[in-house]
Amino acid sequence: MTSRGWFRNGALALGLVFLYVPILSMMVFSFNHSRLVTVWDAANSPTLKWYGELFASEQLLGAAWLSVRIAAMAATGAVVLGTLAGLVLARFGAFRGRALLSGLATAPLVMPEVITGLSLLLLFVALEQLTGWPEGRGVLTITIAHVTFALAYVTVVVQSRLAGFDDSLEEAALDLGARPATVFLRITLPLILPAVASGWLLAFTLSWDDVVISQFVAGPGASTLPMVVFSKVRLGVSPDVNALATLVVLAVATGVLGATAWSRRRERRLAREQRAARGGGR
Amino acid sequence: MARSNQALRQGAGRRLVVAVPYAWLLLFFLVPFLIVLKISFSEARVAMPPYAPLLEWAEEARRLVVTFNVDSYVFLLTDGLYVSTLLYSVQVAAISTLLCLALGYPMAYAIARATPRLRNLYLMLVVLPFWTSFLLRVYAWVGLLKTDGVINNVLTALGLIDAPLTLLYTDFAVYVGIVYSYLPFMILPLYANLEKHDLQLLEAAADLGARPVTSFLRITLPLSLPGVIAGSLLVFIPAVGEYVIPSLLGPTDQLMIGRVLSDEFFANRDWPVASAVAITMLVLLVMPILLFQRLQGRQPGVGR
Repeated sequence: MTSRGWFRNGALALGLVFLYVPILSMMVFSFNHSRLVTVWDAANSPTLKWYGELFASEQLLGAAWLSVRIAAMAATGAVVLGTLAGLVLARFGAFRGRALLSGLATAPLVMPEVITGLSLLLLFVALEQLTGWPEGRGVLTITIAHVTFALAYVTVVVQSRLAGFDDSLEEAALDLGARPATVFLRITLPLILPAVASGWLLAFTLSWDDVVISQFVAGPGASTLPMVVFSKVRLGVSPDVNALATLVVLAVATGVLGATAWSRRRERRLAREQRAARGGGR
Repeated sequence: MARSNQALRQGAGRRLVVAVPYAWLLLFFLVPFLIVLKISFSEARVAMPPYAPLLEWAEEARRLVVTFNVDSYVFLLTDGLYVSTLLYSVQVAAISTLLCLALGYPMAYAIARATPRLRNLYLMLVVLPFWTSFLLRVYAWVGLLKTDGVINNVLTALGLIDAPLTLLYTDFAVYVGIVYSYLPFMILPLYANLEKHDLQLLEAAADLGARPVTSFLRITLPLSLPGVIAGSLLVFIPAVGEYVIPSLLGPTDQLMIGRVLSDEFFANRDWPVASAVAITMLVLLVMPILLFQRLQGRQPGVGR
């Protein structure tokens, strides 16, 4: 047992080193003076030179702003649709077409991105030919594509959160005469709020990060940040991308840690309230 | 979950709640595949605007019955390049999945057996990189694996190697990239499974004289198979069509199928062949995808 404990903890440590060394190395070299990203120029480093270049680059900043806007819209759309789909799958019991909905909602989780990208582009082209909408490709088509693949993740998160609660509270409220919409807003939504929030963050991240699907459905006018970065790093390493990566990692780490702390505190309060309610009822 | 809400089962509101996500997924997920399928059976036209073949074909379909053209598929299957690319992609994905499993299984096991406090910390550490940019994390490996990159510099400084190793633009680099990017997808379903095991089974086995290796092989491993399969599918299926990782890290003389699809579409502007590549990939992956969905249906939430 002890030898196996040693083995698995060794593997865990190794795995974590494997996960973090590349990120840390990228962060360290973002402060390197030399353009040869990987050779540390001790005489002139650390420096904020590449951060300066990053913030001077209209192209990168413009693309970042576009990506944030698309990600916010796509995440919001995905959360609305994914919450509905998760609710239907977890609470509506059996109905005709449930299997198809469940299949459609989870398939984007594993579908290779090139296939999703190609099929959506062909759809947009066909739609434009038949109906004149969407007019050309750009922000709108990227957003629709992102909603479509991100909503699968939201559905899974919301569905599994709902599966963790029995529906006795909802039943009780309905028995007392509350309308279904009221029950959803006053009981179901508050219960699944952490899942909805993490679903939004997840959808935002997936959209903000997507390069393959965006490349298919973006017109010549709209270049998201990952598209710009991808075309830059295809030609080799580029120090301002290291600076960008460092900022992204720091922002994400702060956001994730903050969100986790918030949802833990909320969870604990909920558990306390439930205990108190149960104690009071007796 | 088991009981369904009686009142929610009736009414127009309920129908609307079902219809909205349903309509979205039909229009933006199912219909697009049917269009790809349709175009894969249509004829390629040279010197047309990129979108013309579709309309042409639709018009014809209204007048004629169905114009079934299997040229694209014949071309794919007879041209050795596509077959070998497909096989290579499956091979790369399979090897990467096994490596991911070999690293991810003991990690998931260690997390599942850690104290609750440490467990949350470890899970957070595993998931955190996933939240940062996938593209930027793959790019980080370029700096590590380059001929004058960090790994070669460190190994040279330690005196372990005389000449730099060729690491970047190799199959090895693609394996590393895929394992690195998809590791959380392997660990999470495995963890979700391993965490639920009844440890009394192991104690009973030990009391009856089983050695740890035996009870692992006869109890833990068989019980964790659903997690192993779910994790492996979550890595394998997208890895077959992976585009970014082989483009940044992989060999330039051996492309993967995702790249070939993209090149057919954008560089060669051959929509029927690109569509046929997509359909061929789907046919290849449909069994794993259905298997994944069955597992997903049985254990909600394990996918993430």
